[in-house]
Parts: sequence; structure tokens; C-alpha cells
Amino acid sequence: MSDRPLIQADRAVPPPAATTTATGGRSPRLRLLSRTDRVVVTLMVLVPLLLVVGLVWLPALATVALSGTDWDGIGPVSEIEWVGGRNYADVIQIYPPFVPAVQNNLLWLAALFVVATPFGMFLAVLLDKELRGTRFYQTALYLPVVLSLALIGFVWQLLYSRDQGLVNALLGTSVDWYGDPDVNIWAVLVAAGWRHVGYVMLLYLAGLKGVDPSLREAAQVDGASETSTFFRVVFPVMRPINIIVLVVTVIESLRAFDLVWVINKGRNGLELLSALVTQNVVGEASRIGFGSALATIMLVVSLVFITIYLATVMREDRR
Amino acid sequence: MSRPRTHAEYLARLVPPSVAALPRRSLLAGAAGAGALLGTGLLAGCGGSDSGGSGGKTVSLGSNQSDPKPKDVIAKVMDGFQTSSGLQVAINTVDHNTFQENINNYLQGKPDDVFTWFAGYRMRFFAARGLAGDLTDVWGKLSGMSDAFKKASTGDDGKQYFVPSSYYPWAVFYRKSVWQQNGYQVPTTLDELTSLAGEMKKDGLNPIAFADKDGWPAMGTFDILNLRINGYQFHVDLMAGKESWTSDKVKKVFDTWRGLLPLHQPDSLGRTWQEAAQSLQQKKSGMYLLGLFVAQQFGDDEQDDLDFFTFPEIDPAIGAKALDAPIDGYMMARRPKSEENAKKLLEYLGSKAAADITVQNDPSTLVANTQADTSGYTALQRKAAELVGSATEIAQFLDRDTRPDFASTVIIPALQQFIKEPNDIDGLTSSIENQKKSIFTD
Repeated sequence: MSDRPLIQADRAVPPPAATTTATGGRSPRLRLLSRTDRVVVTLMVLVPLLLVVGLVWLPALATVALSGTDWDGIGPVSEIEWVGGRNYADVIQIYPPFVPAVQNNLLWLAALFVVATPFGMFLAVLLDKELRGTRFYQTALYLPVVLSLALIGFVWQLLYSRDQGLVNALLGTSVDWYGDPDVNIWAVLVAAGWRHVGYVMLLYLAGLKGVDPSLREAAQVDGASETSTFFRVVFPVMRPINIIVLVVTVIESLRAFDLVWVINKGRNGLELLSALVTQNVVGEASRIGFGSALATIMLVVSLVFITIYLATVMREDRR
Repeated sequence: MSRPRTHAEYLARLVPPSVAALPRRSLLAGAAGAGALLGTGLLAGCGGSDSGGSGGKTVSLGSNQSDPKPKDVIAKVMDGFQTSSGLQVAINTVDHNTFQENINNYLQGKPDDVFTWFAGYRMRFFAARGLAGDLTDVWGKLSGMSDAFKKASTGDDGKQYFVPSSYYPWAVFYRKSVWQQNGYQVPTTLDELTSLAGEMKKDGLNPIAFADKDGWPAMGTFDILNLRINGYQFHVDLMAGKESWTSDKVKKVFDTWRGLLPLHQPDSLGRTWQEAAQSLQQKKSGMYLLGLFVAQQFGDDEQDDLDFFTFPEIDPAIGAKALDAPIDGYMMARRPKSEENAKKLLEYLGSKAAADITVQNDPSTLVANTQADTSGYTALQRKAAELVGSATEIAQFLDRDTRPDFASTVIIPALQQFIKEPNDIDGLTSSIENQKKSIFTD
């Protein structure tokens, strides 16, 4: 998928250029490029490559390297002491928040995947029907995505506060929404889902607008019902969008962080891997070696999903 | 982890009743005028505090006092220094939390000559790692500092690295009107406290307000119980990683706490300290163990109704003279541009003159220098100053008395776990001990 535009650009070059620059052993495709083209292409490859290597791969490798040390962020790099796999052993054996964090991340993924994402798709299909006031609904549903998460955390704090919150006031209950570790993850998932629904809705709506109307007409002519038109015609056609929505869902649940951080810094029932990394690395704590071990574990988990995604996309391309 | 940044707001609001009737703006003007009258020639440095830059005549100050009121006070103190010494001070103010979170990078980079910090383990740690300058000769020139404060300013090598400026105590706060109405008496032993709390429960009050959503307020409860049960030295050693968390002494602290938990406000893990303080203010709770900053949740007309007592004695052999009273102050960078000027500034910051300017401009701070003119103190402040003055030992609060990584990544989750499941003390203490061993390695 990714190299397709390049090929098209080659073809866009007028054929006469090819005859003038033709010299011996070069591959025919390269000969189609003018000098400017080659400079542009080189830059377009080099600049992003440098950025990705410098801002993604080097820090990631540094994290992996630091995870084998007990660096506390003070003193020169030469004084860093190598401790091997001790940080990993500590994470798994004696760090109580680790297991709940993994469970919560999985729960987060499941909740978004099973509830929020399908609901967002459903809303998109409804809004695609050109209901009256459809723009209002779109805006209303998309609003949570636009608001900063710090603000969202604050809004939900007003709703969920045990003593002063709206939910308890309306229901006449005194549920400790944020403090009770059995309840708070669900309360937060509602808030996170509320935001995710809007995001998926917008992505999917854009995809639906791009579906060729003649497909639906043909299905209608063939006498297909509304439901079977969607599941048998529209849904399969939207495969690229479906994959994007899937990937977005996975990414959202892996990097889930801001909401729990705003609520209680990811403690007491709201542990998430990302929050644990931040607790350890950022700030005064500076438990950099230990935090890096947590970050590496998170990286490995992400790599699993990234590999699956890339494998699917590449297999798709080869066909 | 955030200290209650709103301490500054509290200070700003706590104004003596005699002037409380004046509108704030004219009060500020009056305070500024008073500062000027004090003989510090305020006009000379007015507004020019950030403009220093003339080589050997300047000192830079890294300040975490980012809230308007304390920032203003710092500027006034620096003006006082400029007129008395002729040196310019360049103030570099950074947001309070940002300053604290970036302190490692800050000190290893190019820190300001003098910077704000607080007493405790972290101060001694920076001193031991050579990130702070020795201030022993400055202490030789300081007068009006109590021995307890000198002890709190001393590093592991016996030298001083810190100059205190202000502090606030932790105590049990209550509303006088509620206690008078119900005929409650200040408890002096744990049994009296327990029976008092039982009475309050009968009267329909939450005996002890409690909140631990942010993780740090429960440290105050742990601190005071440990100080009362095992004494100051054990507390300090425990915080320094020298004592075992699985010892019977620590288990006794948790066991005592477990006995008191039913008397605390329930569901504390979802509540902020502000909400708990409001339950005291709304007369729904009987008492609340917190720092003096609890008063910021009370209106100006309610300040007189607020009173406190120090946490009662548990073991007669230990007594009830130790307490948490975090001290704020100043330290010097390891390699200041001009050590002589930096020390001059630090000497001034610890002096009566600087304390007087602080009290004059912010009539609610408890200043460290005992010679300062504190006639502007409210009754509550005077009592707080007396309490700390009579303390035999002063702890700095758990997250200042131990490694920050231990406090935030081990103790906070552990105390929250204890509040959730107070019965598994053995499991909890051995989990803490295991993690402690992996953190306190050097």
C-alpha cells in the first residue's frame, strides 16, 4: 500500500525524459525520474527516516538498554550500574500494581472493542441516514474528542464525587465511584467509552460517505433488506476503514493514560501500564531503570499488535 | 506528587480579624507600605528584581513560589536584600510542581546560585551526592534559629546545607463551637481519643474526617502513629531504609491504625482532602488530622472557630512531643557563580530582617526565625508556633523524610491497600519490605 503513490509518480513523468537519460545498466524505473524527482524522493525518504530513527527507535532502544540498569537519573552515564534482569524480576515478583495494571489494560481493550467501537459504528450508520439535525448530533457526539482530557477528567469528577457529585445526588446513593477499587475502573471506562464512541463514529461516518451508492442501489434492486445490505455489502467494502478502527481501538486502549492520571494518578484500582511507567520515570521519583523495564514490557505488548496489523496489511498488498 | 499548592491561597486568605474588614486590594497596598516603612527602602528595587545581569553584582535565585502572593513576598524580601547588600537578585520563578518534578535535571544542569527547597531526606540526599553547597559558615552567622531547625538543616556529614524560612505543623483540627455544644474535651491519650470518637459517633458526627484519593494525606496518619508508638529515631531510621518494615514495631502501628479506621470517615480513597476539610467545616465531622493549610477551607469569619490539638500520647515512655512540621527554605547550588554573594543572600534569608518582611507582607506565614516580630500572628498561628517551638523533634512528613521513589511508588499504593483491606498487615508489610530492599540498594 505504502509504495503505490511512488509508482504512480513514476508514470506521471512524460516518456521523452526516459529516452534522454537512458544509459546502460540502470533499472528502467529509475531512469524515468528526473534529477529533481530523485532529490525530492531522497529527501522524502531521508527526513522521515531520520525523524523516526531519532525520535522513535533510538529512544526505544535506549529504554530497553536502561531497563537493565538501576539508574536514578543522577550522575553521569558512565556511572550507571548494570543490574541485568533484576528490574523485570522485581516488576513481576514484588511490584503489586503490575498485575492489576495488565488486567486493567486488557479490560480496557475488551470494553472498547466489545461495547464502545460497535456502538460508535452503529451511531455512524444512523447518522449516515441523513436524519434531521444530523449535524447537531455529530457535533454533540464528537465534542468529547475535542475536549482536552484534563477537562474531561474534571467534568467527570464533578459527576462522580462521592459527597458532592451529581450522580449520587440524582440517584440518592453514596457510591464511592472513584475510591472503591471494584467500581472505579467501570466508572472510568464509561468516561473513556463516551469519548471513544465519538471518535469511532466520526471515522466510520467518513468511511460510509465514501461507499459507492450504486452498490446499495444494486443490493436494493436485488431485494436485500437494510440489515443484510449493511453486513453483506457495505461492511465488507469498508474493510480498510474497519482495520483503521480496529487499530485505533487497540492503540487507544494501550495508551490509555490521561483519564486515570487526572483522577488519581493511576492508583487504587485504576492501575494502567502507562500510568505505572509515568509514576516511576517522570517526576521526582526518577526510578528510571525500573520504569524503563515497565516501558519495555509495554513496548513488547504493543509490538505484538503492530506485527499482527502489519502482517495483515502486507498480505493484503501482495494479493 | 503535589503538595497542597493552595497553601499559598490559604496564607493569602488568613488575615488577622483586625484588618479582615478592609478590601483585599487596600490591604495589599497597606502591607506593601508597611514593608516599605520597615526601613528597607522598597522603592529602590521596585519592579527591577528580574533585571539583574551585571556580572559580579548579581545572585540568581530559583524559586518554586509561583502563586501570586508568595511570589510577591519573595520579591519584597529580595528588595530588602538589595538595599542592605547592594547586590542584585535575579529571580527565576518556576511552577511549584514543575520545579519539584524537574529537580534532578535542574541541579545537574546549571542551577541558580540559590534555590528554594525543603528540609528532609531529599535535602540530605542532594548534599551527600554533592549537588548542594556547604552552608556551615552561613549558620555560624545566623541567630534566632532553634536547635530543632538546625538539626533539620544538617546533612549526613554533620554540616549544614539548608536555611529554613517557614513551616507549618500537622495537628488534629476541630471547630470550637461544635466541641462546646457537645461538651467534648481535648483527649490526651489514645483511649480518651477513642472514647471521644465513640461519643461523636453517637452524636451523629464522623469522628475523624479522612481522605486519601491523592495518596499523600494518609502518610500524615502513619507518621504521627509511628512517632507516638515508636518514637522519632525509629521513624527516621525506618524512613532511611535502616529498619525493617516487617518488624513488630511497624506492625503495631498498622494494628493501632486498624483499630482507629472505623472511627475515620468511610470511603476515603475517593475523597480529596479539600472535601474532607469541608466536612469538618460543615460540622459533619468532629476532627481532622491535617496540616495547618486545612484552614483555607474555612471562611474568614470561621477562622476564629478553628482550633487544634497535637495528636495524643500512645506510649507514656515516648510522649507526645514529636510531630510533622515540614520546613521550607533555601539551599545553595554546588558551584554558584559567586559563592560569596550566594552566601550573603542565604545569610540574609535566614535573618530576622527577612523574616520580618515576610510576616509584614504575608501576615500568616509561620517564619522560622524566632526573633522575628510575630505580633501580627492570629491566635491559631501563635498556637501553631508554640506547638512547634515546644516539639522535641520535628519530622518533615513521610514523602520528604524518605526517598521520593519509595514514597510515591511503594508507600502510597501500600497505604491505600491498607485502607482497603486493613486485615492483611503481614502481607502488606512484607510486600513493602521486599520493595524497599530493591529500592534502597546503595
